[in-house]
Amino acid sequence: MSEQHPKTLLIACGALAEETLAVIEANGWDHLSVTCLPAKLHNRPVLIPEAMRQKIQDNRDQFDQILALYGDCGTAGKLDAVLDEEGVERIAGAHCYEFFMGAQQFQAAADEELGTLYLTDFLARHFDKLIMEGMGIEKHPELLPLYFGNYKRLLYISQIENAELQEKAKAAASKLSLNYEYRLTGLFGLEQFLAAKVV
Amino acid sequence: MEEDDIDLASLDDAELTEQMHDDLYDGLADEITEGVNILLGRGWAPYKVLTEALVEGMRIVGIDFRDGILFVPEVLLSANSMKAGMAILKPLLAETGAPKAGKMVIGTVKGDIHDIGKNLVIMMMEGAGFEVIDLGINNPVEKYLEALEEHKPDIIGMSALLTTTMPYMKVVIDTMKEKGIRDDYIVMVGGAPLNEEFADSVGADAYGRDAAMTVELAKEMLAARQAA
Repeated sequence: MSEQHPKTLLIACGALAEETLAVIEANGWDHLSVTCLPAKLHNRPVLIPEAMRQKIQDNRDQFDQILALYGDCGTAGKLDAVLDEEGVERIAGAHCYEFFMGAQQFQAAADEELGTLYLTDFLARHFDKLIMEGMGIEKHPELLPLYFGNYKRLLYISQIENAELQEKAKAAASKLSLNYEYRLTGLFGLEQFLAAKVV
Repeated sequence: MEEDDIDLASLDDAELTEQMHDDLYDGLADEITEGVNILLGRGWAPYKVLTEALVEGMRIVGIDFRDGILFVPEVLLSANSMKAGMAILKPLLAETGAPKAGKMVIGTVKGDIHDIGKNLVIMMMEGAGFEVIDLGINNPVEKYLEALEEHKPDIIGMSALLTTTMPYMKVVIDTMKEKGIRDDYIVMVGGAPLNEEFADSVGADAYGRDAAMTVELAKEMLAARQAA
């Protein structure tokens, strides 16, 4: 560990694990460690705040600082309340779509088409498992319009360019009968936050 | 389950009602349709079928959803089954003069396109005898005001799934206050990220944590208002 850099733990949503590790590796930030909370907590956001608190308290003694890689993620401010109480900062943004795209770009996308379903690399990779199976659509296609009847567009916001994932995202749009669009966000938002805090 | 297919017609009323609760829980629309027709054939009033077989069954679904035993897909399948039953009962309810519990307008707020919870509330409120006007999604304050003016409901309901859109509920309520009409209506709010504290902070009368609770609260508040 370099004496100049605080030994830092990143508590990330499991859906951000690959991207977080990619940023760390690309920058040689070997003083950063990563631990994750299960991505499936998004199915019950009410559980996220205390799961975060537990993770912080379990690890506090071993690190100089802890940072959270989470959006508000449907906790209606409760995650932020826990982070305030525990003295942990998180990356800004209501959700990962916003911090990958940047707040202005996300708002512009929402203004363009409110009925937009966003896919990140994680969601594109696991679309069939999480959405088609997880939401019961595979077995009960009659549920599809109930979930996605108000959507018009699937926007794949990619962090790391990957032709295979682009094909998966296109296929996802087709399954949901949504118009498909692709934008490469890269990892700048994540990198920028970490660079300001850990270097 | 083919080997265990139950002959619904062979069940007595109590057994059939209980079986319909199970079938509703399992999202079996065909079985619910069959059960509704059997009960009607036995002389049950449409309102009795609705309340004792369907609404009660959905109440049980709602409890298990609240407790994390059932999740959204299962609830939606149950709701579809209830709708299948209600499709038979609705015209009959109108004919038989089933009691009208009150009137509600409900919509998802501006910037939000999620409506699963709202649609469940509508279904349960109609099941409880309310007339419900569905404003759909992405409603600016003007749309709510127009609906209040046109329909003169007892209750205005607002729904949101996003923490970024739920603050808009305060815009609607504050506008109602400015226009001096806030106290003319019962204001109920709901949606996954909401809670009672939020409802109080925006000036709503009640927070409906699930569709069944929304119905109970609506009935209570309406009764209190009528008694006052």
